[in-house]
Amino acid sequence: MTEAVRRLAAFRELVLIMIIVVSGIVMSQLSEFFFTEGNLRSVVIGMVPGAIIAIGMAVLLASGGFDLSVAAVMALCGTICAYLLSEGAPIPLAIVGALLLGALVGSGNGVLVTFLRVNPLVATLGTLLVARGLALVITEGYNISNLPPSFVQLGQEGPLDLPWMVWIMLGLVLLADLALRHTRFLRQVYYMGGNERAARLSGIRVDALRVFTYVFSGTLAGLAGVLLAARLNTAVPTAGQNLELTVIAAAVLGGASLTGGEGTVLGAALGIAFLALLSNALTLLHVSIFWQIVTTGIVLIAAVSLDMLLRRRQA
Amino acid sequence: MSKRPPELAVEGLTKVFPGTRALDDLSMSVEPGEVHAVLGENGAGKTTLLMILSGVYAPDSGRVLVRGEEVSFARAQDAQAAGIGTVFQEFSLVGRLTVAENVFASHLPTRWLGVLDRRRMAREARELLRTLGSELRPDRSVASLDVGERQLVEIAKALSLRASVLLLDEPTSALSAEEAATLFEVLRRLREQGIAIVFVSHRLAEVFEIADRITVLRDGRLVDTRRRDEITPDDAVRLMVGRELSVLYPGRTEETGPARLEVRGLRSGPVGPVDLVVHAGEIVGVAGLRGSGRSRLVRAIVGAERRDAGEILVDGSAVRIDRPWQAVGRGIAFVPAGRMEEALFPRMSLARNLVSTCLGLVTRLGIVRAAAERRLAERLVRRLGVRARDVEQLVQTLSGGNQQKAVLAKWLALEPRVLVVDEPTQGIDVGAKAEIHAILRELAEGGLAVLMISSELPELLGMCDRVLVMANGRVRGALRAEEATEEQVLALAAGTAGEEAA
Repeated sequence: MTEAVRRLAAFRELVLIMIIVVSGIVMSQLSEFFFTEGNLRSVVIGMVPGAIIAIGMAVLLASGGFDLSVAAVMALCGTICAYLLSEGAPIPLAIVGALLLGALVGSGNGVLVTFLRVNPLVATLGTLLVARGLALVITEGYNISNLPPSFVQLGQEGPLDLPWMVWIMLGLVLLADLALRHTRFLRQVYYMGGNERAARLSGIRVDALRVFTYVFSGTLAGLAGVLLAARLNTAVPTAGQNLELTVIAAAVLGGASLTGGEGTVLGAALGIAFLALLSNALTLLHVSIFWQIVTTGIVLIAAVSLDMLLRRRQA
Repeated sequence: MSKRPPELAVEGLTKVFPGTRALDDLSMSVEPGEVHAVLGENGAGKTTLLMILSGVYAPDSGRVLVRGEEVSFARAQDAQAAGIGTVFQEFSLVGRLTVAENVFASHLPTRWLGVLDRRRMAREARELLRTLGSELRPDRSVASLDVGERQLVEIAKALSLRASVLLLDEPTSALSAEEAATLFEVLRRLREQGIAIVFVSHRLAEVFEIADRITVLRDGRLVDTRRRDEITPDDAVRLMVGRELSVLYPGRTEETGPARLEVRGLRSGPVGPVDLVVHAGEIVGVAGLRGSGRSRLVRAIVGAERRDAGEILVDGSAVRIDRPWQAVGRGIAFVPAGRMEEALFPRMSLARNLVSTCLGLVTRLGIVRAAAERRLAERLVRRLGVRARDVEQLVQTLSGGNQQKAVLAKWLALEPRVLVVDEPTQGIDVGAKAEIHAILRELAEGGLAVLMISSELPELLGMCDRVLVMANGRVRGALRAEEATEEQVLALAAGTAGEEAA
């Protein structure tokens, strides 16, 4: 019996899926609105930016890295994209520009952490402030609205009545999950996170790989910004306050560890799904938004504590 | 012999962990003024014994007696109160605190209101260190001490509660030969003061140098206790292993091939300039005291330390090595000194560890193929005789000897041309040592050039074809290992002998 429990706990994604299904069933009993197409659709769309950022965070955490700047980069890139569009730039150019900016901020983080040996927490806290500040400087604090209709489509229309951004998220999560599990290139990320010195001496190009993980995370944050702007038909410079913390919490729920070497993309994405569902459930049950924050914190602490207990028994 | 009871005795001590009997009905005793060595392979029960005696574990059955009176320890402090002081293998000092604060960490002397009595602490620490024959200043910070001095502070700390029994777990594993000699002076001094000393070590040579009696454990059981003059090192090995150990050191090579690794004018920080050549089929040792630059030298060769000047040639052509991956690409494999710190991925499976250097061999179109990974890992495990449940076992749960074999194994699939090993047998038992030695020689016979660092002179002289001796960052001499003596090496290492060539 205990052996079975341990095996199950080891397969974190399955546990999360079960929890999500069970809480879905419970919720559909508690609220008649929960299991409606409109509600589920809005939950799925709402989790897109977080899930896309979580892909990069999962890779970063597996490598032993950390990025606090993602939500601010998302806001900055969404703003830049909207700004370029409002200045009449073609849509592909505006999107590529925003992604490149995300990559640029990411490479800044990567260089700070890898070559200047700044602690990742401090380095990315710095870029968080810079990115958030720049977004406000560019817009003078205002939102940029009235984006071109064919751009806005990305966030509002698509096959099966789900917007393109949802399909982009699903595709990226699936691809990145398989890549992190099975490709030679990303396997090296686990070695780096498992023991950086041993990885270096084993012939892995640790420095280049570390910069890559930050560039990857920054680019995905840029993409999340673009999609969010499309969804809202507006770029909001203050968008995604505290989203970075939600994403890190989700990745940890999904099996990542802040000491590196562990975690999967699928786990992090399921973590985001679970937190989105939890927040939706609390809203439907008329729990105030303030209590929702408290609940998220408690869930995170409970999940990680339980995990530590199980691991200690295993060892 | 007086009728006085032994200072420390255990009777019928048994401790069972899931799956193993770590100690099985063990009885032994230690007299006052005796150094009693405990020998045994990894897993023989030495550590469990120390853990029980120091109050960390409680025995499942059996008794511990101090001066004939039964004691039982609920906590480590109880063992200290009973007069048993322990120095564990890992240092337990706090670097930012002073020597005196570390020595009295568990019972700081205070005046009223709990204010620290620094003067008394310093005075008592100085007295304690003097009984060890040391003039170390009590107000120095531990961070500024070298390893030998730290070991001394550890001993002072262990004795600070008026201990009459001192337990030492592998006390020389981090010390140079010179520092170990100083430590033995201290132990002799304590022996004269009537302290009973339990000395656990893998290094036979030092056990035979310092011990009055030797107890050999195997699989948790007592094999025998003998006076030092009633047992030879060979007997001890036989008793530990429980079978004839063919040879600790394999034979040497008759002839060597062309130069495989050549280093010219290498400088790295305080090290250099150094020239050296290792030929195919040859094992070249690097000897030197701690701080002689031997580790820095080999690390600069493999790109793990900055190289300020000099050329590296592999098979006659100059290669650029500024980073470890460049060395790996040129067929230079490096086994660093710290297995867990620098060579293994502790929380990963054996298979994942083994393919960490050679992912390319199990990858097609960028995808790591799980079946190929497993097959390669199993092949490597068989080839080096790594004992593990299966290749999915977590590497941190393997024994030290098997971990070390895994570190060697992970390089073999790459078929390297040069193998650089730093302390390849540190902290592993004698059986595993012999196996590692045989593997190294076999690899050399297959045409590899092996460059090897070891703190154990007998190992260097027994294993190598040539030994380079370093002091102050330079190579002071090269000796043919077969003819060299430990005295010759030490004289070169200490800088008291001139240059010699071989």
